[in-house]
Amino acid sequence: MIADHLPVLVVVLPLVGAVATLLAGWADRRLCFPIAMATTVIQFCISLVLLSQVMQTGPLHYNLGNWLPPWGIEYVIDQLNGFVLAVILFLCVLSCLYANRSILSEIDEKKIPAFYTVLLLLVTGVCGIAVTGDLFNLYVFLEISSLAAYALVAIGREKRALISSFTYLVMGSVSACFILLGIGHLYIVTGTLNMADLARVLPPLYGSTVVQTAFIFFIIGLSIKTALFPLHLWLPDAYRYSPSAVTVLLSTIVSKIGVYALIRILFSVFTPSFIIIDIPVMEVFCWLAAAAIIGGSVIAIAQTDLKRMLAYSSVSQMGYILLGIGIADSIAVTGGILHILNHAVMKGCLFMIAGAFIYTSGIRSIEDLRGIARTMPLTAAAFVIAAASMIGIPPTVGFMSKWFIALGALESGQWIFVLVILASSLLTAVYFWKVIEYMYFREPVPACGEAITSARDPPAGMLAPILVLAAACVLFGIFVSIPLEIIVPFVTGILGGT
Amino acid sequence: MKQDVVIRTVCRLVVPFIQLFALYVIIHGASSAGGGFQGGVIFASAFILIGIAFGVADARKRISEKCTVLFSACGLGIYAGIGILCIVFGGNFLGYSFLPLPLPVPEIRGLAAEAVEIGIGITVMAVMTSLFFDIAVDEEAV
Repeated sequence: MIADHLPVLVVVLPLVGAVATLLAGWADRRLCFPIAMATTVIQFCISLVLLSQVMQTGPLHYNLGNWLPPWGIEYVIDQLNGFVLAVILFLCVLSCLYANRSILSEIDEKKIPAFYTVLLLLVTGVCGIAVTGDLFNLYVFLEISSLAAYALVAIGREKRALISSFTYLVMGSVSACFILLGIGHLYIVTGTLNMADLARVLPPLYGSTVVQTAFIFFIIGLSIKTALFPLHLWLPDAYRYSPSAVTVLLSTIVSKIGVYALIRILFSVFTPSFIIIDIPVMEVFCWLAAAAIIGGSVIAIAQTDLKRMLAYSSVSQMGYILLGIGIADSIAVTGGILHILNHAVMKGCLFMIAGAFIYTSGIRSIEDLRGIARTMPLTAAAFVIAAASMIGIPPTVGFMSKWFIALGALESGQWIFVLVILASSLLTAVYFWKVIEYMYFREPVPACGEAITSARDPPAGMLAPILVLAAACVLFGIFVSIPLEIIVPFVTGILGGT
Repeated sequence: MKQDVVIRTVCRLVVPFIQLFALYVIIHGASSAGGGFQGGVIFASAFILIGIAFGVADARKRISEKCTVLFSACGLGIYAGIGILCIVFGGNFLGYSFLPLPLPVPEIRGLAAEAVEIGIGITVMAVMTSLFFDIAVDEEAV
């Protein structure tokens, strides 16, 4: 019986967990972590069950309050959200485990219950976005997750975190306005908010300027949320100044769910024929993504702070996902969706490592990391694996998605983007090699000698997620057929072809 | 803090009516304009008014920090609890008509929706009040 209700339980569970954490935090602060951890682990198990159900029997539908769609809110799980949900919750479990030790040094002790409560609210919002089949419901959950994210950025001790959180809040609110306006426009002309229903009603209205305006609003709003290149200005500061565990959450979960929402609206609310033929928005997308890929990499090279460098690298990598989607060839879209998993795994790993350096030695600057590989061998080794994956060296995951995107670009005759991918891989190699060289082949600078020699690999609670993700970088690269089995049916479903 | 007699008296007179109006808005939320959020905000405005007129410390005495935390958790608990009860009795999440009450279905729906609105109202009230307390600086303390 309970199995029928899993789509809603995956959203309600963290909500209940958040209340439980808040109350338990009163009795004993040490209770918060086990509750949050248990919640995310159970959710991850639920997401795997859901994914296997979807793979066996096709999309699942769940009507909230027994109201039939399109009147009621419907939760729909198909291959795409099943996949995204599993990826996100996998990273949630690891970040939660990582947070247990890492936040102790970064936030005040009395804020720990608040931290876990808000973290679970973030998970609620993110899971809600993933499972909902209703456009307005998507907006509500987007707001829940965004508000939780602003609070998490500001929760640390750093004063600058407040400013970056405020910038994030302003940009996030602007983007939410665009999305809400888009939803309103669609509702005016169609009278429905259900995504499947919209997809059915919209095609005759594609000529309408209202629908086209709504579409543009969605694109702008979600581009800010995902920090597409010219709109990425909130991202580096938010990533740099938030506590390490929060940076991991932002870069893996929050940014990925924005991309998911974008894919959902591009391909499930609107149809590929509209976005490719009626409004040639995909071409614009490709060029913006190319600018993001190159621009993000170039700025990353100039950074001296490790977390900031990784943040700009995120801007560049999000460009890959959007490029894959923008090329709109079935192979490239597969690569783009695959890159959601890949980038979450690689960047999660790298940000955890950056956090581990701060935790054990207090070092943030790349230059000061000289010689740290001798005292933190496992962490440094994990960094090399994840960096190799970012550059796209086979057999890591990064190679596979870049390969698919490049292949898709070739198939559709857009040679120029293959050059962009190639150039960016070289640029990525430049900035990651700099870090690797400092870690392995340089003598410590005198000022940081003490910090380097006394540094040790972080405690097991932080090291385990780092190593799991580093291993995942290689394993998913070798067994790439596992995620592909899930993605390809979805892509075939929306785009046809092979 | 220099208190003005007029402000204090008017505040004392108005607060009960604000709270009553808040309850009215919450209760009527399911069938007409209003609802848990709006009612909760109005209810919180009563505490905020006390905070402005009598000072934050005085308002804190009436509704402590623990209270606001407890209330915000309670409200969410009511909402999620009713939703899950519906699952337990064989419906979908928030499928009110499945609740085994000895009433006709439309009335069960109305009552349960009301209870959910009350839950939302409590949470909104508590969160709004604590937001005010967090931002407000006590004049005597400065």
